[in-house]
Amino acid sequence: MRMPLSWLAEYTDLAPGARGADVAASLVRVGLEEEDLHGGDITGPLVVGRVLSFELEPQKNGKTIRWCTVDVGRNGQMLTEGKHQEIVCGAHNFEVGDLVVCVLPGAVLPGGFAIAARKTYGHVSNGMICAEDEIGLGHDHEGIIVLSRLLGAEKAASVEPGDDAIALLGLGEETVETNVTPDRGYCFSVRGLAREYWHAQGSPEGGYRDPAEIAVPEATTGGYAVELKDESPIEGNDGCDRYVARIVRGIDPTRPSPAWMSKRLTQMGMRPISLAVDVTNYVMLALGQPLHAFDVDRLSGSIVVRRARGGETLKTLDDVERTLHPDDLLITDGGEQPLAIAGVMGGASSEVTDTTTDVLIEAAHFDPTTVARSSRRHRLITEASKRFERGVDPEVTAAAAQLAVDLLVEHGGGTVDPDVTDVDRTTGRTAYLLDVTEPARIVGVDYPRERVVGILRDLGCRVEESGQGADETHVLVTPPSWRPDLVDAPDYAEEVARIDGYNNIPSITPTPSDGRGLTHGQKARRVVADALAGAGLTEVLSYPFVSEELADHLMLPADDDRRHAVRLANPLSEERPLLRTSILASLVDTLRRNVARGHKDVAIYELGLVFRPGASLGTAPIPGVASRPDAETLTRLYAAVPDQPRRAGILATGQAEQAGWWGPGRAADWSDMVAAVQAAAAALAVPVVVGNDAGHAPWHPGRCARITLADGTLVGHAGELHPKVVAALDLPARTVAAEFDVDVLVAASADPVQARSFSSFPPAMTDIALLVASDVAAADVEAALRSGAGESLESVVLFDVYEGERIEAGHRSLAYRLTFRAPDRTLTTDEVNGFRDAAVAAATSATGAIQR
Amino acid sequence: MSGPNTNYDPVEVSALDPANVDAAVQDALTAIAAAASLDDLKAVRIAHQGEKSPLALANREIGALPPSAKAEAGKRVGQARGRVGQALTARQAELETERDERILVEERVDVTVPALRRQLGARHPIELVAQRLVDAFVGMGWEVAEGPELESEWLNFDALNLGPDHPARQMQDTFFLDPVDSGLVLRTQTSPVQIRTMLEKEPPIYIVAPGKVFRTDDLDATHTPVFHQIECLAIDKGLTMAHLRGALDAFVRIMFGEETRTRVRANYFPFTEPSMETDFLCFACHGEETWGSAEPCRTCGGSGWIELGGSGMVNRKVLRTCGIDPDVYSGFAFGLGIERALQLRHGVQGMHEIVEGDVRFSQQFGMGV
Ligand SMILES: [Zn+2]
Repeated sequence: MRMPLSWLAEYTDLAPGARGADVAASLVRVGLEEEDLHGGDITGPLVVGRVLSFELEPQKNGKTIRWCTVDVGRNGQMLTEGKHQEIVCGAHNFEVGDLVVCVLPGAVLPGGFAIAARKTYGHVSNGMICAEDEIGLGHDHEGIIVLSRLLGAEKAASVEPGDDAIALLGLGEETVETNVTPDRGYCFSVRGLAREYWHAQGSPEGGYRDPAEIAVPEATTGGYAVELKDESPIEGNDGCDRYVARIVRGIDPTRPSPAWMSKRLTQMGMRPISLAVDVTNYVMLALGQPLHAFDVDRLSGSIVVRRARGGETLKTLDDVERTLHPDDLLITDGGEQPLAIAGVMGGASSEVTDTTTDVLIEAAHFDPTTVARSSRRHRLITEASKRFERGVDPEVTAAAAQLAVDLLVEHGGGTVDPDVTDVDRTTGRTAYLLDVTEPARIVGVDYPRERVVGILRDLGCRVEESGQGADETHVLVTPPSWRPDLVDAPDYAEEVARIDGYNNIPSITPTPSDGRGLTHGQKARRVVADALAGAGLTEVLSYPFVSEELADHLMLPADDDRRHAVRLANPLSEERPLLRTSILASLVDTLRRNVARGHKDVAIYELGLVFRPGASLGTAPIPGVASRPDAETLTRLYAAVPDQPRRAGILATGQAEQAGWWGPGRAADWSDMVAAVQAAAAALAVPVVVGNDAGHAPWHPGRCARITLADGTLVGHAGELHPKVVAALDLPARTVAAEFDVDVLVAASADPVQARSFSSFPPAMTDIALLVASDVAAADVEAALRSGAGESLESVVLFDVYEGERIEAGHRSLAYRLTFRAPDRTLTTDEVNGFRDAAVAAATSATGAIQR
Repeated sequence: MSGPNTNYDPVEVSALDPANVDAAVQDALTAIAAAASLDDLKAVRIAHQGEKSPLALANREIGALPPSAKAEAGKRVGQARGRVGQALTARQAELETERDERILVEERVDVTVPALRRQLGARHPIELVAQRLVDAFVGMGWEVAEGPELESEWLNFDALNLGPDHPARQMQDTFFLDPVDSGLVLRTQTSPVQIRTMLEKEPPIYIVAPGKVFRTDDLDATHTPVFHQIECLAIDKGLTMAHLRGALDAFVRIMFGEETRTRVRANYFPFTEPSMETDFLCFACHGEETWGSAEPCRTCGGSGWIELGGSGMVNRKVLRTCGIDPDVYSGFAFGLGIERALQLRHGVQGMHEIVEGDVRFSQQFGMGV
């Protein structure tokens, strides 16, 4: 919401010498954030110009510029007075003959941007033709300002080349723009902002002049008939509880809006259009009450406010034919023909035109929820809907209509009908019993009773003694009509703190007494993340949005649970509508991006949640919020939230170990991936078992390890990606990958590690070579050796694998070193040989291994 | 060896002649000094200390002397052998030192050649900053709470006093699931974790909830559809806005230095009433206003203050929804964006590098920040 300082000064006293930045700072103190400052920082010459001609000149960079000759009139500048200026312009939204805004050499634009004649595109350009954002008028940079569009044709007809555009557009004056939070609908008006500024100055006596306090005639019965017929209120609230209708007849449609009004509307970021429309906008900006102007001649019956019927349509002012919903509140002609979606937008059929002479002004109060829903449903956010949605003062209605009537009569030459329609079903606010010590309890500042009562009165509350509470601590507070947000004690506490000053709140460090630190799971996850980084992998974060084709690219079988993905209703890109069911799914993009940037050796990992809805997505209940939902509802609610296991994904390509002065490097292969998972498990002291897995996508069937806990619980998979997956995903050849379930490792590490005792007797080592068939897994041989070797076995190390001419085809030789050690003695050679033979025998019987 | 000869005249046994003994010693010392290597010295040792050396021979002669002469001759030869022995030991040590030093010189390598054969890994700084923030609170006695990223709409909105028609709900750009009536969304804030905690745990509650959140913003310099928040919630008896401010103060001091101050002002959030917006003194320029100067502070943009984020006293409606009696307990909540904390603390300029996953970005932060 914007506010020129001169307008503010009409309603409240500005602090002496206050500039825009000071006003903005004052408003910030009472909780209205500064958005921007406009105007006041521009020095001319900034003049009206008329485009006399232009030549199109295509440039090497592909742009086409316009080399314009512009009449800048009798502008009072020695160098340009009466001389046509040649100016280069990049915009294309104007025609020869258009009035534009020219900044000439010597001027300084907002941001200290000094203008001089300069050489550009092969010409000397004497200044430039301005766009809105360049002169701080707005944010629009879609082409330059064409005055007939900005000011309206009528107004534009009254200006000529050479006129000072700073005065014309109100740029000499500062305009403060504030961000209005949804609870302060009344600040969508100069009336409300002025009131807040007054509070920021300490609410001095007589320092605020409410523009709504104007004389309004009593309602009569003979006015234009209005019926409020809401037969299906939303949540029990009538769609419309007040409707004021006033008629002004005999307006001269050729009369323009007064210059001061056009200028203010421009400063506020609105376009002057015609007197009737400008007046409704002006009153809305002044008082916060959206108005609608109907052409009386285009109405036939009484005005009936009702909900829409199924199948009804309305062509709104933006020329869109809209199908109405039974929740839409309508203004209708005689109960039939829809005229407007209440509080959102009017219809084309009853719109005022350039021939309208008799105008009906509607000032109504609509239910915020009704307007919010219609606005959302029709994707129509208008100045009116923005205000109604946040709550409009239900008691400003009549004054707003009156102000509009006065302006139309004064500037349009019309006469007002003596009858006043005011259907008023508002109920007024009920008083709240406030404990005046409550603000102190909530805020932590010891506000005296008088301070609390004084602040509330300044805010416009009626405060009465209640005679209740010890020492009369309780008062009856009736909030002002424009503050629907003031409901209970915390609301009043905030107001007291806000006006007294938030910075008076002291700082007391809270001291929780029973914190137990991080949970095991939280610590364990850090350990896993650190272990993977320690294994040489770099952590990255990827977006979880994936494409539908990805499951095919990953060669997931038709019945794979990872094909059951959650689908977004409104994805950022239609190409990625699904949420990942595995980390690898989203990590491939990151790997590709790194490779595309020239990184040849990349090893990345990510820890994150994946989304596993199972066969179908549940539906979560939406219980009420008045109290805690019952246990059954909560159980259903939690259960409807899909499974989101925490997993780690790893991808690597290129060299795992660099080539260097020490010799050649080593390419990352399947074993690095197995090792990484083992490192993560080892970091949590969780023993894992590695087996061959010939059938798990997206891995190479011959190079995929299945990693489990000792009890068989799946931890994850590691190895080389399937060559077809690599091709489909456009990854470097031989890309390797792992993915594992972090939660499984966390759970498996929950119990404290129980230490083993170590023997201090010397170890005995013996080496064996076993001939096994090539399809026998080394892990199986090792398991058999362990089972047969007895309790004295300390370790089994596979130190050589041989396949070749020296042994039988289809076989390989596995060389193991067995280390034995007894807790209580030095083992004899005979004992060790016995253990070794037993181990070999076990391997032979389990895997057919033959000792060489 | 010859047997004792009582008639033997030591003076006449030339080997034991003092002059000869001295000469032998001199010979030995000269040879020792001249030994250029340990091998030389070994030969010298054999020649002058070995069994056939003059002094060893002389020593052998002593036994043949009459007892009256033995003592003197023994002393003379003993001293002589001692001197030779000492000289040998000293020279041995000298030569060994020389040899050791030479070996060290010979073994010299250029240690400035690359030593790392394997690339080092790194954590992502978002995770590291989150850990740092979490640790600050855990150190103050708070606990960490977490929740799902795909969340119930009720927990993400309704329970937080964001009813279906609330204007603030429109401010959130939410990813809805298909079908839209599933009642599930990608959480737009970490606040549902607070609701879950309040629903399941009796006060006092002091939790910090870090996590990933989602909004339908396209990636640009300041927005990303997936980002990280950290939110804190305290519910206890007698908590006021002063405690909220105290927690915020403690927090900014830990993150940005002991002298960091805050200033606060009113704001609006549906989840809290009263609500508060906090700025903290810029740690880079220490609050010096550099507006409009040639070089405004890059960290705060020149205002001297940095916006921390929204906070407030938990709305009574929210407490009631969670089954907590607002007449007994009060509480506060605040939150901030981790991306922003990372940008501020480490001078990260844009959003792209945080989310793109370029390994160079993570690698500059190592394993901890
Ligand atoms: Zn600064």
